[in-house]
Amino acid sequence: MPLHAYLTLAATLFAIGLFGVVTRRNTIGILLGIELMLNAVNINLVAFARFNGDPTGMVFTVFTICITVAEVAVGLALVILIFRIRRTVIADHLDLLRG
Amino acid sequence: MTLEPLAFWALSALLVGSALAVVLTKNLFHSVLYLALALTGTAGIFLALEAEFLAAVQLLLYAGGVVTIVVFAIVVTERLVGERITQTSRQIVNGVIISGGVLIGVLTFLARAPLPAARPPLPGDVTRAIGQALLSRFVLPFELLAVLFLAALLGATYFARPDD
Repeated sequence: MPLHAYLTLAATLFAIGLFGVVTRRNTIGILLGIELMLNAVNINLVAFARFNGDPTGMVFTVFTICITVAEVAVGLALVILIFRIRRTVIADHLDLLRG
Repeated sequence: MTLEPLAFWALSALLVGSALAVVLTKNLFHSVLYLALALTGTAGIFLALEAEFLAAVQLLLYAGGVVTIVVFAIVVTERLVGERITQTSRQIVNGVIISGGVLIGVLTFLARAPLPAARPPLPGDVTRAIGQALLSRFVLPFELLAVLFLAALLGATYFARPDD
């Protein structure tokens, strides 16, 4: 398959993840959408690395995977903290900072 | 190499289908299970791109680690049985406009970009190349990653500490 096919697949996954981030009301659902978007980025990095014959892109993929895992851990800790204080994880109800 | 287009199309259908299920299904727990399916499909795409090491990392860290953490978070913040776990979506029209706009923008850009159609032969063992690059050229970001993990570990523990 040409590089176009892999990049089109990644773009589609990215758009689906973005749709989830925009439309989900549950904070955990929004985090799942972000996961999908980061996953699409990983596919792009690996595809470019393979088609350029240069493993640097795969090294970057290792970095992005690790950073994503750290981000999920901290993000879910924040979600649990918010739930403990406000008893809800619906993003529309978290409007303490609204003026 | 004749199996590669077949694997690509099968994995693409699996990925797009499970990704749509992640953002559309009502039950949040089912969302996470579909996310696990999508992440496993991504590992398959990595295998089709001959990146075996990354496929293993993807399975271990994402499909194993992330999904487990998210399931724990759901168990803590929702009731697994009953109607609390259902989630609704809002602003579907806006979501379709935004994500469709981004998709069309990226695809028109892709259609005009000169991209290689065939992959060059593998320069050698990719896993060995990744390991050597991590410990030579990218050793500083590699060490910074360890600091980031320490900070994330401390931060997550601090946020989720029990009330005193």
